[in-house]
Amino acid sequence: MTVPALVEQFQYGLDAPICLTWELTYACNLSCVHCLSSSGRRDPRELSTAECKAVIDELERMQVFYVNIGGGEPTVRPDFWELVDYATAHHVGVKFSTNGIKIIPDRARQLAGSDYVDVQISLDGATAEVNDAVRGPGSYATALRAMENLAAAGFRGFKISVVITRQNMGQLDEFKAIADRFGAQLRLTRLRPSGRGADVWDELHPTAAQQRQLYDWLAARGEQVLTGDSFFHLAAYGDPLPGLNLCGAGRVVCLIDPVGDVYACPFAIHDSFLAGNVRGPGGFATVWRESELFTDLRRPQTGGACQSCSAYDSCRGGCMAAKFFTGLPLDGPDPECVKGHGEHALAAMGSTAAPRPSGDHSHRTQPVPVTISRRPPESACNESPLAGFRPGG
Amino acid sequence: MPGTRAGFDLDLPWQLHPQVSVRPERFGALLYHFGTRRLSFLKSPALLTVVSSLGDSPSARAACRDAGVTEAELPTYATALGALAASQMIRAREAL
Repeated sequence: MTVPALVEQFQYGLDAPICLTWELTYACNLSCVHCLSSSGRRDPRELSTAECKAVIDELERMQVFYVNIGGGEPTVRPDFWELVDYATAHHVGVKFSTNGIKIIPDRARQLAGSDYVDVQISLDGATAEVNDAVRGPGSYATALRAMENLAAAGFRGFKISVVITRQNMGQLDEFKAIADRFGAQLRLTRLRPSGRGADVWDELHPTAAQQRQLYDWLAARGEQVLTGDSFFHLAAYGDPLPGLNLCGAGRVVCLIDPVGDVYACPFAIHDSFLAGNVRGPGGFATVWRESELFTDLRRPQTGGACQSCSAYDSCRGGCMAAKFFTGLPLDGPDPECVKGHGEHALAAMGSTAAPRPSGDHSHRTQPVPVTISRRPPESACNESPLAGFRPGG
Repeated sequence: MPGTRAGFDLDLPWQLHPQVSVRPERFGALLYHFGTRRLSFLKSPALLTVVSSLGDSPSARAACRDAGVTEAELPTYATALGALAASQMIRAREAL
């Protein structure tokens, strides 16, 4: 039996994604400071229910096993549960990410009854203090209540998804304890400087020492803790962590955003990584199979500045989105390169402006400036629209 | 227990787990288990032929033979099938 290098096969892309992220809405009840999609307000061009079902039909034809549904907060879409039911009826499994706002006891019982739906609750601190500083007041309580409801309904093995930050890195054991308490599985992912994350990345991203601590902690737990393959840049420390350990952007994964735009990955919402739109002729399949961007990503990549590094075969230069949104060249080191090359590259770059995300659906927390005229009426009873108008000249 | 990685029993009848979906690929196939929510890979088209025919063969050994697996290759296939059994992608059928 031949044993072809699977990773090589994946680098050159598959006819359909292994799984994909689908953000159903930019609307969200929260305003997390690090939101990768700058969510908050619904986009009026959002895909309709019928358009979403057409995408699901396509995913079924392409044999995409499951979709990771996110947002925004996907459960605030009025047709959310209808779309979940439609997907599972069409053999497309669903894992959805939520802050827990709609996971009431009745809903938790329904979810526990389905083999084809998985739930992922976002939690970015093992205590309310650490979590709410990033995700907003009350969000810890909401997430914990959702977990209690799922556990009480007998939903085993739902996911607790944590974005690792400098502030919560010291809580790894506490996160694991929370997961164990609810019979859930812990999933840790990497903070990217994407969306609003670009604004807080400097203060939130783990230190070099913390990255080492994380690698050791993950290595000791093997497959008990999921990572969504997001820490493959840490493979340069030694043995790779469980997972494919490659950047799957446009090769085995991608993102469909709420308005149907297809991006190379969920962390790359920028025109440079926009492959097409599912509303275009040929739909999603044509974007996946024929877009210029994805074809390009599937060509053999050169290591660029990393080529001569002994760790390149392990880390493969790290995360494209992390490089892009910190202003680093795509063929150079990751900003969090464990050999320190990223830090040097960032320092050498000085104050050059990094690219900004293409869209921003953040809640407007500043008042919208409008000028209200204080001009007094011409006289108490003059109703003429031209009252007070005196043509010039 | 049959199907642990250490000793896969080639002489038992096996089948694909009913909750597993198979997607053929150039390199072999992708397998997804909707119950365990895990993904696996079949790293050759020949292994896909073997796995696909398990349910209709009296034993895993027969499925391998019918797919043209040689005696020398058999241990490699037993290892691969053992890994699939350990992750519940395939399971032993009730003896007929």
